[in-house]
Amino acid sequence: MILTTGSVEETREAGARFAKKISSGDVIVLDGGLGCGKTEFVRGIVESLNRTVIVRSPSFSIVNSYPCGTINLYHFDFYRIEKASELDEIGFSEYCNNDGACIIEWGLMFPEVLPLNAVIIKFSDSGDGKRQIELPFEI
Amino acid sequence: MITLGIESSCDETSIALLEDERIIRNKIFSQQEHSLFGGVVPEIASRAHLDKIDRLTISVLNEASIKIGDIDLISVTDSPGLAGALLVGISFALGIHTASGIPITGINHLEGHICSVFFEHPQLRYPFLALVVSGGHTAIYKIIATGQYECLGETVDDAAGEAFDKVGKLLGFAYPAGRAIEQTAASVENSSNPISFPIAQVSKIPGLNFSFSGLKTAVKYYTSSKDDAFILDNRPRICAAFQNAVIESLVNNLWKASEQTGISDVALVGGVACNGALRSALKNRFNNRVYFPIPSLCTDNAAMIALAGYYRNQNGLSRFPRLDPSSSL
Repeated sequence: MILTTGSVEETREAGARFAKKISSGDVIVLDGGLGCGKTEFVRGIVESLNRTVIVRSPSFSIVNSYPCGTINLYHFDFYRIEKASELDEIGFSEYCNNDGACIIEWGLMFPEVLPLNAVIIKFSDSGDGKRQIELPFEI
Repeated sequence: MITLGIESSCDETSIALLEDERIIRNKIFSQQEHSLFGGVVPEIASRAHLDKIDRLTISVLNEASIKIGDIDLISVTDSPGLAGALLVGISFALGIHTASGIPITGINHLEGHICSVFFEHPQLRYPFLALVVSGGHTAIYKIIATGQYECLGETVDDAAGEAFDKVGKLLGFAYPAGRAIEQTAASVENSSNPISFPIAQVSKIPGLNFSFSGLKTAVKYYTSSKDDAFILDNRPRICAAFQNAVIESLVNNLWKASEQTGISDVALVGGVACNGALRSALKNRFNNRVYFPIPSLCTDNAAMIALAGYYRNQNGLSRFPRLDPSSSL
């Protein structure tokens, strides 16, 4: 399905709706350029599950972890990664086979490290402050 | 007293030796050392830290003619950072501690950054305010005493250094882009008719917190509405407008923090503390009661970790290093 959001709040709301579909073991890839709403979408997901955590960009830290009730969310950003081997060395595959779900910004930079069942969500900027979010299923 | 400092929280592996508060050696594994050890090592990898930490330590000890047995304290970064990267430094430090019985303390990376200002300015007295600005952090702390900090405000999304890097990418600069943006901004020829970007949506953000994500998006909208030739011609104006917006947001919140706490001495630390325009803006606003580390001590290094450990030890505040598995920057 394709959603169009008209504000940061609506992008977060879409994230909160998507959060209900997340279960342990999921790998979710957020694809789209700078400033297209990826981090806001993650903020919506995480805040709907745990109001006490602050979601910050993981561009520098590579991965942020958020405890969300019964599952942990691992918020990755591949933006700063140069080679797939660097992901091996931070144990990326172990996060994917763990007690939680992985949400990866810029994940399509290294498609070879993603599991085959990864969910891909595409973000684009459709002008006038609007964001288009393309999901593989209904939320 | 000899302190060995160990830092491996993110990209850099660094080892330092201090005699009391004086730096004997402070080595950061960088591009120059790659050739020394043969081949280029990926920057963010914990295995890369593992690969170089012992050799770096041995070379530092040899250069300083100091033996393991001469060390009085081991000071190691144990939070925050990449868990795998931190684990390398902590395990290495604990190995030396266990084998030799040398006292050890864990140090928060940001506490290290804050202490870096004392190398240059030992006269700075508590309490003071510290603005920590880097690729991963943007926060204002009230520093009450050794090991006593209160966070007054921090970023709710992107760090200031990250905003520099991402805007740099939009403008076609290589990563990291901080220096290129500063230099390009300085070349602006005509400061009339400036571009106006929102000062990090300050009005929307409660308290002394920061937000730089909206500013990044504003620059993106501006650049996407123009053609490439225009952007190339106007890069200095865009860089200046962006940099001014970041600086204004940082200076305004620090000023508010100073008014609220009645504290007028401020320290600027972290990688972005190298930015000359930010330094001048703070000096002007705070009547020169602002203190910076020298540029080589602004970025991640082990000397600042060693100094923070020395102060903790002198004040009976050493604590055993611990790795929080949910550790992140």
